[in-house]
Amino acid sequence: MTEDFGALPGSGAATLPGSIPELDQAAIDAAWSRVRLARHAQRPRTLDLVPRIFDDFVELHGDRAFRDDSALVGGPALLDGRPVMVIGHQKGNDTDSNIFRNFGSAHPEGFRKAQRLMRLADKLGLPVVTFLDTAGAFPGPSAEERGQAEAIASSIKLMTGLQVPIVVVIVGEGGSGGALAIGVGDRVLALENAVYSVISPEGCAAILWRAPEAAPTAAAAMRMTAADQLELGVIDRILPEPGEGAHADHDATARTIKAALIEELTAIAAVGTDRLLSTRYARLRGIGVYEELGEVAGAPAEPPSLQRRLGRLLRLPGVPRRPRWSEIWPSGEVGSDDEEGG
Amino acid sequence: MPIKFPFSRHRQGPTDAWTKCPSCDQQVFNRQLERNLRVCPTCSHHFRMGIGERIELLLDEGSFVERDAGLTSVDPLLFVDQKRYPDRIEAAQIKTGLAEAAVWGTGAVDGLRIAIGLFDFRFMGGSMGSVVGEKVARCLEGALTERIPAVIVAASGGARMQEGTLSLLQLAKTTAPLVRLDEAGVPFISVLTDPTTGGVFASFASLGDAIIAEPRALIGFAGARVASGTVGEELPDGFQSAEFLLEHGLVDLVVPRAELRSTLSRLLRLLPVAAVAEEAGDETLTKAWGPLGALSGFAERVGGAVSETIGIDSEGPPANGDGTGARSAAGHTGAGERQ
Repeated sequence: MTEDFGALPGSGAATLPGSIPELDQAAIDAAWSRVRLARHAQRPRTLDLVPRIFDDFVELHGDRAFRDDSALVGGPALLDGRPVMVIGHQKGNDTDSNIFRNFGSAHPEGFRKAQRLMRLADKLGLPVVTFLDTAGAFPGPSAEERGQAEAIASSIKLMTGLQVPIVVVIVGEGGSGGALAIGVGDRVLALENAVYSVISPEGCAAILWRAPEAAPTAAAAMRMTAADQLELGVIDRILPEPGEGAHADHDATARTIKAALIEELTAIAAVGTDRLLSTRYARLRGIGVYEELGEVAGAPAEPPSLQRRLGRLLRLPGVPRRPRWSEIWPSGEVGSDDEEGG
Repeated sequence: MPIKFPFSRHRQGPTDAWTKCPSCDQQVFNRQLERNLRVCPTCSHHFRMGIGERIELLLDEGSFVERDAGLTSVDPLLFVDQKRYPDRIEAAQIKTGLAEAAVWGTGAVDGLRIAIGLFDFRFMGGSMGSVVGEKVARCLEGALTERIPAVIVAASGGARMQEGTLSLLQLAKTTAPLVRLDEAGVPFISVLTDPTTGGVFASFASLGDAIIAEPRALIGFAGARVASGTVGEELPDGFQSAEFLLEHGLVDLVVPRAELRSTLSRLLRLLPVAAVAEEAGDETLTKAWGPLGALSGFAERVGGAVSETIGIDSEGPPANGDGTGARSAAGHTGAGERQ
């Protein structure tokens, strides 16, 4: 693990090897079956996994400002005898528990609780372990008025500068900003049937296909399975699930995660803080695929001569007027809405 | 008011010359709209603004120099919905004359050099994929290297779906440099224009040291459609407007377009880059009032009288809100505001 720790994902090939331009039905079915497994009602949740992975755990509650968010849980725990800070989304397993847990969709106070726990980990030098399992952050008015976007953004910012190792495990749904808010890490692992996406497949289908029933197609197009994410360099490692999937055997799933966490944290613990932070920065900075053509000249390229300047000032004939930026990039017609993003 | 324009010789059809204001339904003459900074003269509705006009609005004439114009999107997922992703990019390029949904460069506001990033919503909804994220990150890093303030004018629907999680992770890529700006004492001012939602609002745009919004701009985490569809709640009036955010302490100022440049200029001077004193190779930040310890001691001794004694212009723009909760009417903490 130590030798490839410094490898930067995401800056590699321009396209995925072996990917196909048209989505066939088999690819759509395969992607959708993963989404369904990731959302399986009996899939182990954070609080199912924690007692199976850690020797001790005390859940800490509240953001110290507004209230305790039951959709996001966390607290100190003992991993193989050493303390760590565990933070994870928490879905329910039935209607009642799902209503209590708001279906694992956190409000701003949930992310602010996570920030509080991360600062505590930073203070005491505890590594942070996070479990991702959310369809996304809660999008309702109550979340908006308390600053959902700011809560997510500041969580991301805190994690990018946290001076302790962070290992992220995507255990179920890694849904958009609500997942990334506790998903910035030095190592990002995913269970075999976990998914990770910029927007829910239903949301993507509604916007790009204008048909919610195109969700399976959208799921395939977004390449949201763990295997796709590994190819894209977004995650580092896939953890195999037992038998039919994690829902079939919580104990075996927990054993796999525990072994991986011990292995990864032992490797990262050997890295000094400066190198840890510079590697994390380089990892985040390197994500994305683009081409870079040579420096394309912007509009006011040549420094104007005195003659040119005077000519422009006095509007002399024969001196070309410098084009205005609004002529190069005009505002264009009004009300031309395009699609939204996630 | 519908004005009859008797002297018009160019009869190019009404759609070219007039625009219907979506807010008050009045027909506005396009040239008048341009002269009025694309603000409706009847109801002050702020129309969306392209990057070119925005540069002319905010920066000293001729000061803007674009950087990294050669960054070009590719199609990492080979994404096809009803159109291929490269075809969507090409259509947007033709429509806007832009290479991508964002531009960054350096320029000056009343002579003060800044790094500035700007978004155009017409380019695929201003969505942030690898290239847009890269430009934002380079803008912030450029500000860090040159030790000049960073300003980003956002207008975006969020992360670009066509690049999947690579777009999602641009939230982290654009946020990471802000930690370095904090350490280096370099200010970042975020300007939110209509509309700013999704992943752009949930990353760097929410993290400005000061956040300015344009009047009645739509600003929110979830698009209104997503919110009502998912939650099934009746959405309150003015939900996700700039004024709603001001009331809830999530932005500092709502500034009409005509005053945007002067407000930005004043803020940039009230929030200066911390000076670096190099002593025997040891870099120490010297903030506006000397070393931090000395200042806090001073503040402790003088207490609430500080702002009075330093006598900063009492009309300095107040910076409302702590970014986490409701604005307190009793506890103004505005830069340069007297008690």
